[in-house]
Amino acid sequence: MTANQIMFFLFSAVIIGCSILTVTSRRILRAATYLLFVLVSSAGLYFMLNYQFLAAVQLTLYAGGIVVLIIFSILLTSQISQKFEPVGWGKSLFSAIASIAGAFVTIISILDFKFSASTEAAKEINMHLVGNSLLSVGKDGYALPFEVITILLLAAMIGAIVIAKKAGPKVPHSQTINQS
Amino acid sequence: MQKRQVLRFLILKQLINHKMEAGVPLDYFLILAAIMFFIGVYGFLTRRNLITILMSLELILNSVNINFVAFNKYLYPHKLEGFFFSLFVIAVAASEAAVAIAIIINIYRRFTTINVEDVNEMKY
Repeated sequence: MTANQIMFFLFSAVIIGCSILTVTSRRILRAATYLLFVLVSSAGLYFMLNYQFLAAVQLTLYAGGIVVLIIFSILLTSQISQKFEPVGWGKSLFSAIASIAGAFVTIISILDFKFSASTEAAKEINMHLVGNSLLSVGKDGYALPFEVITILLLAAMIGAIVIAKKAGPKVPHSQTINQS
Repeated sequence: MQKRQVLRFLILKQLINHKMEAGVPLDYFLILAAIMFFIGVYGFLTRRNLITILMSLELILNSVNINFVAFNKYLYPHKLEGFFFSLFVIAVAASEAAVAIAIIINIYRRFTTINVEDVNEMKY
């Protein structure tokens, strides 16, 4: 067993164990913490595959941003000490059957399929290449999805502010007319 | 002579194909991602709190990311599609989480609960 295999099995054990705990834990803040472990171990997998930039984005955006956002909203909306009531056995049984059957079919078809790898030389991914590809419009350029994602982020930001904003005290229309 | 060279080239190609990024075959990554995806599906089906449903969704998105990255690394190492698409998936997940949490906070303000079963009125 090479060191890489050991690392992979370590990361995947953490990912699978903490994923199961994320969806079954009865305390919501603990579930969020387990989710954090899952995301950090996926960043470890990306480091293992030599995608340092992606791993850094995963750590800062996912583990740093989204988990903190989720924890903030937990603190705003739930009692920390409160435990969820356990899921009914019928519901959990049928959900488990559905997901295990799905996983079974997927894994069988993965093992059955022969993937053919490309033989061309691997590309070294460095920041120079990433930046150039993100803003180039030519071949292997990703300028269009980049612009679309900027608009999406702007729209999400404005939408989140508008939705979460407290509605101001409602003044009837006639009253404003009378005042003026 | 030439035959031997071709043979050596073929063996080398096989070695490169099966070198499998330092001893871990592609299938392992795909199986890991599949298991993680269906754990997320299980959570999505059984949870009743909106925030925990959102967390299951994050699990699903993350497993898809692992798939993209593994495919890019093993099958198309000369291209960057999987890399960039996982970047975009992360950005979409971030914006989705922001909007979802705004909606959840708004729901909490109106119903003082975020259990999906108690939130059953649409219009005031």
